[in-house]
Amino acid sequence: MIEKFKDWEQNRHEYAKEWKERTGGKVMGCFCTYVPEEVLYAAGVLPVRILGSHEPQDVTEPHIFGMFCPFCRDCLAQGLKGRYDYLNGIMIAQSCLHIRQTFWSWQKHVEGLEYSKFFIMPHKVQSKDAPEFLRGEIEEFVAEVEEWTGKKITDEALDNAIAVYNKNRELMRKLYDLRKDPNPPISGEEVMEISMAMEMVDKAEHNAALEELLEWLPSRTDKPSGTRLMIVGSEDDDITFLNMVETSGGLFVVDDHCTGSRYFWNQVEPAEDRLMAIAQRYIDRPPCPTKDWEERKRLPHIVGLAKDWDVAGAIIMQQKFCDPHELDFVAVKKALEDAGVPTLFLEFDVTVPIGQFKIRVEAFLEMIGDEDLF
Amino acid sequence: MEDLYPTEKLKCWNESKDLRMKYYQDYAEAHDNGGLRWAGGAWTFDAIPAGLGDDVYPITSEPYGATLAFDKELSLKCLEATEVKGYPRDLCSYMRNYWGSIITDTFAFGYDAEGNFQPRFLDGVEPLGFPKPDFIWQDHICCSHAKWYQVVSELEGGIPAYSVDNAVGPSHEINDRKIKFVVEQLKEGIEFLVKTTGRDYDDELLYKAIRNHFVSTSKWAEICELNKNIPAPLDEKSIYSLYVFGTLQKAGAQVANFYENVLLPEVQDRVRRGIAAVPTEKFRVMSDTQPPWSFLSIFRYLEEYGCVSVGSLYTFGLLGQWEDKPDGTWGPKTIPDTNFSSRDEALYEYVKYELHKPEWQHFYSCHQKSDMMIRIAREWQLSGVMLHYNRGCEGLSIGIAENRLALIDAGFPVMAFEGNNADEREFDQARTKAKIDAFMETLGAK
Repeated sequence: MIEKFKDWEQNRHEYAKEWKERTGGKVMGCFCTYVPEEVLYAAGVLPVRILGSHEPQDVTEPHIFGMFCPFCRDCLAQGLKGRYDYLNGIMIAQSCLHIRQTFWSWQKHVEGLEYSKFFIMPHKVQSKDAPEFLRGEIEEFVAEVEEWTGKKITDEALDNAIAVYNKNRELMRKLYDLRKDPNPPISGEEVMEISMAMEMVDKAEHNAALEELLEWLPSRTDKPSGTRLMIVGSEDDDITFLNMVETSGGLFVVDDHCTGSRYFWNQVEPAEDRLMAIAQRYIDRPPCPTKDWEERKRLPHIVGLAKDWDVAGAIIMQQKFCDPHELDFVAVKKALEDAGVPTLFLEFDVTVPIGQFKIRVEAFLEMIGDEDLF
Repeated sequence: MEDLYPTEKLKCWNESKDLRMKYYQDYAEAHDNGGLRWAGGAWTFDAIPAGLGDDVYPITSEPYGATLAFDKELSLKCLEATEVKGYPRDLCSYMRNYWGSIITDTFAFGYDAEGNFQPRFLDGVEPLGFPKPDFIWQDHICCSHAKWYQVVSELEGGIPAYSVDNAVGPSHEINDRKIKFVVEQLKEGIEFLVKTTGRDYDDELLYKAIRNHFVSTSKWAEICELNKNIPAPLDEKSIYSLYVFGTLQKAGAQVANFYENVLLPEVQDRVRRGIAAVPTEKFRVMSDTQPPWSFLSIFRYLEEYGCVSVGSLYTFGLLGQWEDKPDGTWGPKTIPDTNFSSRDEALYEYVKYELHKPEWQHFYSCHQKSDMMIRIAREWQLSGVMLHYNRGCEGLSIGIAENRLALIDAGFPVMAFEGNNADEREFDQARTKAKIDAFMETLGAK
């Protein structure tokens, strides 16, 4: 059952090319989860998240100064190496400074794009004026997409897109709810495969596969086991790391990542003004640190996840040089520890030092397990 | 090296130093006279708190971070204190200095034995503790802006804070809807200020402050434009001491007056008389981003080659406001009509004007920044460009590698040097000088 998602994730480019061939539609590469994908979906465009490949590379040095996060450079490497040569367009929603450099360099140096969009997602989502402002940005975006695709985005198409996306979010929440069980039927590594696939394939297909999975999971016999953990922090698609932790005695049961729960946590509340409904959803979603001010709303959300999923510890993972999360993790660590959740802080690069991290993770698991070593 | 032009010191130099010292003294002593202190960034809409009264004094974050960086001993203590609290050393170095000043409770200024307000690093000066602001009034376009003050508030045990999202898009996409989003936030911000301080709000003071803002930012651009002349009347090392007023209190009457009535006439006079900043001027370059504040001597090192750094998009456009002139050149932005009839009108004009700030544009496109840099390189007749790959400021270093490629494509030699504006542990002076040696040789200097 998990294989389908794993196949999508691991063969993301083949999937997108096949989808184009099959549907005749356009594919949009997205650099941030604040992109209002419903609009693209309604126009028959497949939004795919651009992620890195976790391989050392030597092509981005002339384009992005080395003080910026490894993730943004890894993503750009994919473009410069031609791995996303099937994209018709690229798009970013305003979030952190790092990843927008990937967008700019891609815009200039990767050939074959028909359309590129720097979407102004407001930073101050806590402003009462933000939904209206975002609605206006979405309205302008709709007009641009209509011009680009030559297709009118009708109310019916938007309703369908909202329904498909909401279904996906509902099913993912069900999947996460199953992990509240004292013996969760699925591992963190498997969920990461599903989450990543979610950002790469047609949501309707993902929904169908999720429904089958959710039907099967309760009867699963080979359930994973381990110390219940949460993972919190920057963008994270490091499956190798999750595998290492889960083969060392840990079990991830929940996360706060943009490649995980932050992407799908809340739904669009359908309303007559569809664009406002979409805007409100992106305003209300669990925030990225870049948008979590003046009040720190991430903290109660993260502590709430830790409590509700009954975690024994949290791993705070930090993409090296990721300023937004560097501005949050001290407060996140304190909030978790004040709530009785021990934490382990690890700094990630394109490749992670698995051996060293394994020693630290094992020590952490021993500590929170209060094991008698001798 | 033989002098090619006459030179002389700036007559307003001491006045400028006094102006800067008074700014920090006013902030530190505000409570003594029943006034208010507030904190916010150099880009914040500082005309807004001005409506609370004439006794409301700001401390802007980045210039204060630079001031700390110049005080090497204190800076190291601040940086290390911040690291002890768990914050990474690759975060904004201004911010880390600033946080460290709070953590160590050490202000960069104090009083000498005679009771004179002085920089802390002078002998016999007893530093003050960090003067806690009464409220925070910030803007947010860089990832660190509002977050900076989230931490400040936490470190100080809670300070009322309001931040404005000004990242609404590049200048060529500005429209009524985008302007109004910022205006509405400012209006709510005024309500916040009134509620927080318990003071009435005076729109006439707001109008005056907005006028000051227009004058400061336009006249600063006019001053920088004069550096198109050969020889350049100002060098960038001096410009750093002068542009700072726009970062301290651009809506302040004292800043508008200094730029319009003191500095501008003096620089115009220097141009008329052919007074050079660097008498040996043969080569003209520009830099980019904040300099390594502890190592401004590299700009004097350039002069040994007859090279003057005439400025940068950073010093010209961080606060300066520019526009296309009828002859196709880049010149100071025309000051709008300031006969405001309502708060709404004043705020609208203020925001509309401000959203065209050159140094806000690269947050949306590094290519737009490249175009502006190439324009400066051409109009200011530069021989080459020195790019500071600045580890201390992600906001101004974003896209810098693409800027380098674009400048090279446009035919300008580029020398990149790596450093940090406010963490001297990340600057290699000897290596930078060696790079300057090689760069000058490339430009034809012997």
